[in-house]
Amino acid sequence: MSAGILIVVILGIAVLGFILGRQRALSLAARDNVKLHSLPGYYGHSVALFAAVPAFLLMIAWLFIQPILIETGVSRMIPDSVIPDGGARSLVMADVHRIADGLDVLAEKGGLSEEELSRMRADFTNVRSRLAEVGVAVGSDIPVPVLDAAREYRDAKHLGSSLMVFAVLVVSIVFAAIAYSRVRPEMRARNVSESFIKALLMGSSLVAILTTFGIVASLLFESIHFFQMYPAKDFFFSLTWNPQFRGGSDLGIIPLLWGTIYVSFVALLFAVPVGLMIAIYLAEYAGKTVRSLAKPAIEILAGIPTIVYGLFALITVGPFLRDWLAQPLGLGNSSSSVLTAGLVMGIMLIPFVSSLSDDIINAVPQSLRDGSYGLGATQSETIKQVIMPAALPGVVGAILLAASRAIGETMIVVMGAGAAARMDLNPLEAMTTVTVKIVSQLTGDTEFASPETLVAFALGLTLFVFTLCLNVLALVIVRKYREQYD
Amino acid sequence: MNDATMNNALMSNVKTTTKADVMTESKISAKNVQVFYGEKHAIKDVNIEIRPRSVTAFIGPSGCGKSTFLRCINRMNDTIDICRVEGDIAIDGENVYDPKVDPVQLRAKVGMVFQKPNPFPKTIYENVAYGPRIHGLARKKSEMDEIVATSLQKAGLWNEVKDRLDAPGTGLSGGQQQRLCIARAVAVSPEVILMDEPCSALDPIATAKVEELIHELRENYTIVIVTHSMQQAARVSQRTAMFHLGELVEEDDTDKMFTNPNDQRTQDYIMGRFG
Ligand SMILES: Nc1ncnc2c1ncn2[C@@H]1O[C@H](COP(=O)(O)OP(=O)(O)O)[C@@H](O)[C@H]1O
Ligand SMILES: [Mg+2]
Repeated sequence: MSAGILIVVILGIAVLGFILGRQRALSLAARDNVKLHSLPGYYGHSVALFAAVPAFLLMIAWLFIQPILIETGVSRMIPDSVIPDGGARSLVMADVHRIADGLDVLAEKGGLSEEELSRMRADFTNVRSRLAEVGVAVGSDIPVPVLDAAREYRDAKHLGSSLMVFAVLVVSIVFAAIAYSRVRPEMRARNVSESFIKALLMGSSLVAILTTFGIVASLLFESIHFFQMYPAKDFFFSLTWNPQFRGGSDLGIIPLLWGTIYVSFVALLFAVPVGLMIAIYLAEYAGKTVRSLAKPAIEILAGIPTIVYGLFALITVGPFLRDWLAQPLGLGNSSSSVLTAGLVMGIMLIPFVSSLSDDIINAVPQSLRDGSYGLGATQSETIKQVIMPAALPGVVGAILLAASRAIGETMIVVMGAGAAARMDLNPLEAMTTVTVKIVSQLTGDTEFASPETLVAFALGLTLFVFTLCLNVLALVIVRKYREQYD
Repeated sequence: MNDATMNNALMSNVKTTTKADVMTESKISAKNVQVFYGEKHAIKDVNIEIRPRSVTAFIGPSGCGKSTFLRCINRMNDTIDICRVEGDIAIDGENVYDPKVDPVQLRAKVGMVFQKPNPFPKTIYENVAYGPRIHGLARKKSEMDEIVATSLQKAGLWNEVKDRLDAPGTGLSGGQQQRLCIARAVAVSPEVILMDEPCSALDPIATAKVEELIHELRENYTIVIVTHSMQQAARVSQRTAMFHLGELVEEDDTDKMFTNPNDQRTQDYIMGRFG
């Protein structure tokens, strides 16, 4: 039984449990002539929850743990002799997976019985060509232990899933039965289902938090790997970024960090004033119709894929700035530049700043405006001295959101500012950012376990810490402001 | 009292004594005022004379247009897009709806206190200094300190806040916030103060303090107060105007209105038979 069908079956049991539990509560109450503690539906709920939730939890756990157990078990069966020179055990394991899947296909399409499959011997039958016949390609001839491992893997997998179906069904039915038998009119069914639901919601938030931890942990893990191969001092303080294919690379983060900060700074320098002015116009000056047209029109900017912005930077803005600014001023003749990427990114960020700030400015109570106008303040005095200060914490939040977008942006940088790591003050020079280098190092030709690849994780971790600090800083600023004025 | 109000006070005294007719006895004089919110006719042909240095109370059932009419006096209705005002409202004989009149200047002369205390999210000091600053009333920090102190004294708040002028205005209690708003209005030396149900969000003790304050302010300012409380109108005002469905039903001395009103609707309202 596949996982999908199993889920449907469990849901069926839950529905049945709901109906039966509800009926039992009603009939017991009628028989003993007592009042139900909760609405009848809650009794059904509690039975259904007992039928479904533990079974699903078991299923999830099983699906996580089974592959790990089988993998380690089977991997132990493969002797070092069949692992090719310079290759990895994981490559052989990938073959094992393919062959195991291929055997499944053989059993299904090739019409081989299980018995014939188990009689198949790698040293007599040409398993490779048999597999090829049914459309499963294996790279090289299959050594005996590998076929054995594949067979073992397949058997374990089949056994595991049958066991899982059985265990999950038993858990579902047993729990449902227990819950059903415990249905009594005086049972606090509402509280049971409430606490179940609370636990479920808590579980969901836990998933999000654990995922974050997982991401950080994997970054951290690979970063530690990196720092074992490459000195942290050089990574953090070296002013050169110059990866080589065969060792001896300079992997200093500072030029990349400089590029990131510079491009983001230019983008924000453009997006924040423009966005804020748009927000103020929309919130305070624009009429209803203008607002209802202009706001969605500006928000369209946020929906354009960044690659399209990248094209705009590459084809239009870059050459324009080169021909009309860089060359006349003698500031270089590169069409990729910090200014190009910054400007285009700034356009992308405008709606982030304007839309959020507009909502925030609108949320400033009308009574404050009235108070200010009532004292004879003009509209711009009111905006400057009353509305903006009141909206500031929210506006800072909007700006920081835009800043994290800017720091994380990759596509516009590659196409607008190029991929050359450089430390320069001239905004008309090509530079690059941390994110761009993460991509290029991870997708490069060098082997995964080399510092040139693993540096991507260290870069990612640094970026993560960087944005985290930014957020904490924002929180502190906002909280301080709140304390002062609330 | 600073010089500006002193001068104004002298001038209006001169006016009232030299011209003998009834019209000039009034500080505010409204003629044939009509107000529309889009299609809705919210104020219907209201004529009223409001006397200087006295408290005039507007009463009437909810939605009858008291706030709307009050907001015509300092042209606060200008801030509402769909609102249209017809007719004349003159303060000291000058029509406030004359195109030559700058509403910003007008509102410095006609202060307003709102239903819900609305201190700015600034310090107590800055709340009071806001008006004088935008009108350039103080040239030096010491002058501003002086204005802030006298305004807070006039609003009866000085003793409670003099040690924490740098604390946020929003941190005060509701009653203190409302007196801060009164101080804020007083700081720009207005001649008229409009109050729209200034006590409706306050507890009885805070209300008593504000009413006491209105008593004191009456000596120097023309006060118009909207209230839904008959007792409050009776306690604080000399004249009372009764509104109903956008019309001014009648206007008379408060004592007379509450003992012997001319109009049946006033009688009914005062007896609590509607509204
Ligand atoms: N901003 C507005 N837009 C449309 N109609 C309004 C507005 N303000 C008030 N009105 C209408 O005008 C009438 C008078 O309102 P208002 O002056 O607030 O009454 P009161 O203060 O006496 O309770 C009410 O019917 C109200 O619905
Ligand atoms: Mg009102």
